[in-house]
Amino acid sequence: MHIMEGFLPPFWAAAWYLVAAPVVAFGAYRTAKMVREDSSRIALVAIAGAFVFVFSALKIPSVTGSTSHPTGTGVAVVLFGPAVTAFLSTIVLLYQSLLLAHGGISTLGANVAAMGIVGPFVGWLTYRFTRRYAGLEGSTFAATVVTNWVTYLVTSAQLAMAFPAGGGLEGVGSAMAGFAAVFAVTQVPIGLVEGAIAAGLIGYLVEVKADVRTRLGVPA
Amino acid sequence: MNRAILVGVALLVALVAITGVVPGAWGGADGEAEETIGEVAPEYEPWFSPIWTPPSGEIESLLFSLQAGLGGAVIGYYVGAFGRNRNASNA
Repeated sequence: MHIMEGFLPPFWAAAWYLVAAPVVAFGAYRTAKMVREDSSRIALVAIAGAFVFVFSALKIPSVTGSTSHPTGTGVAVVLFGPAVTAFLSTIVLLYQSLLLAHGGISTLGANVAAMGIVGPFVGWLTYRFTRRYAGLEGSTFAATVVTNWVTYLVTSAQLAMAFPAGGGLEGVGSAMAGFAAVFAVTQVPIGLVEGAIAAGLIGYLVEVKADVRTRLGVPA
Repeated sequence: MNRAILVGVALLVALVAITGVVPGAWGGADGEAEETIGEVAPEYEPWFSPIWTPPSGEIESLLFSLQAGLGGAVIGYYVGAFGRNRNASNA
């Protein structure tokens, strides 16, 4: 889910643009630099971006009687970290807001912050942590599930800050619980689907591609 | 196809199958969030509307399929190329 066009008051819309813009700019710079250094990396960047494209196009039914979509950012997080993921997510979010009336231009900053920055960053920390104890596929699975879930928690928090259910932090907290109740349960099974497929794809890439092994620190 | 992908696909099929058993409208969670905003802030009016909206549900699903199809083609192309390169170098 993305926050719909016009559904954040101007103040919050602008604030999230300020948060997202520098990270996306840095991500674009990192992506360009990485590809300039070694043009064969463009294949991996394309796969990571395409994964976001495919998965954010799917509206998957959950056990809750509603549908929602995965974020598809897990593969990018594992391969490249959060900055590049922010840049790739922005492309997809632009496509959806311009051509599908899904998400929006006014809410682009907030949606990038959730799906491209905070979710992937927490997912990336999860990956770094679990990788010490678990295999590559298990860590990719965990990172992808966490990325997906945190993305939706951030969206809930963004809506709660703009539409608190009362005064102060308490009002924000209770509104966030309301929004999270809509998304969190829906998102759990969907995150598991995404996590398993991301883990499978990364597992395959490592098998067939020597520079992915090097990048992810897997012995040949 | 490896095991993890099979597990993911099986889960996906199970989720779709559930829609036949569990009652629900199966609308988007974004719509539900919109309703929740309506409850918390009934006076709120969206101040900006989409620049362009797909003229019908069919056109919208066309553009969604295009998005998924393009992504799938790119993944298939490169993953296929990686696989062939490995087989060629092993030969």
